[in-house]
Amino acid sequence: MERILVVLPHPDDECFGLSGTLASHIHDGAEVTYACLTLGQMARNMGSPPFANRITLPEIRTRELEQSCHAIGIQHLKLLGFHDKMIEFEDQALLDGRIREVIDEVQPQIIYTFFPGFAVHPDHDATGAAVVRVVGGMAPGERPLVRAMAFAAGHEQAIGAPDVQVDVKRYIEHKLASVRSHSSQFHMHAAFNSQSDAEEIVSRLGTERFWTYRFA
Amino acid sequence: MRMIEPVRVQLLLDSLKERELYVHLEITNGAYTSHHDKSRLVAANFIKNVPIRYTHGSISGSGPYRVGLKLERGGWVFAEGLTHYDEHETDRIVLEGHEQDGKLVVALLLGPEPF
Repeated sequence: MERILVVLPHPDDECFGLSGTLASHIHDGAEVTYACLTLGQMARNMGSPPFANRITLPEIRTRELEQSCHAIGIQHLKLLGFHDKMIEFEDQALLDGRIREVIDEVQPQIIYTFFPGFAVHPDHDATGAAVVRVVGGMAPGERPLVRAMAFAAGHEQAIGAPDVQVDVKRYIEHKLASVRSHSSQFHMHAAFNSQSDAEEIVSRLGTERFWTYRFA
Repeated sequence: MRMIEPVRVQLLLDSLKERELYVHLEITNGAYTSHHDKSRLVAANFIKNVPIRYTHGSISGSGPYRVGLKLERGGWVFAEGLTHYDEHETDRIVLEGHEQDGKLVVALLLGPEPF
């Protein structure tokens, strides 16, 4: 059975770029573990109209993440307990050690994370960098594949075209359900739910792109 | 959260003065600001769970509101752009500023336990 590990810093980092691919893996029998580094407690979105605040947000986002995992079919969720926005400042030995523990426990064939340096948010870049450090420190024959998401301006000029493109149109309902789970973060435009725009939505969200990280 | 009622917030500020508190103060314009518009700068800061004790605290303005706290050792805490407060809190103060689209830009929390 295929074992897959997802290492991302924020609840909702999975939904737009990865949820369809995960649903597809799970449909094919894979077991997926999602290690989410923070509770997204520093997010600016509070719902529209606001229903969360700085105190209630971490608990609300935890519940949203559990719903999203349920919608996608993810079997295991691990909350690693780091603080939102602080990943790049975290004690690197502690951060890498926690990620290494999860990798040793799950023994994944594939890890999904962000491409360090090309994922815009400092937490994204720092999470991807930690995964690359940890996997790069393993013996070449024991390394899982690292598939990374990139979306910073100019990323294709720097790292080329994605080598993995997954058609996730069959799993668009899983993906939309994942997005809807994070209701404090994404205010669903009315059109998003209407049939007339379904085709446009499917074409926009229907492909997910990854770069396989090349270790030197 | 509800739109700030300054009279109510002032009562809360008065009730917490001269007490050992923790403060959380932050301002942010969002990690994606320069991703969406290169001419702009991503700027943010926060200070969290710092012990604080104020001798005077007041809310000012006609909305959005400003809050200033005069600290016992001569320091100050200031926040501007506050729009919402949590009306259910009695032993803590939760003040936030939300933009039109609901995004948080500023937060000031005061309470006897860490946040």
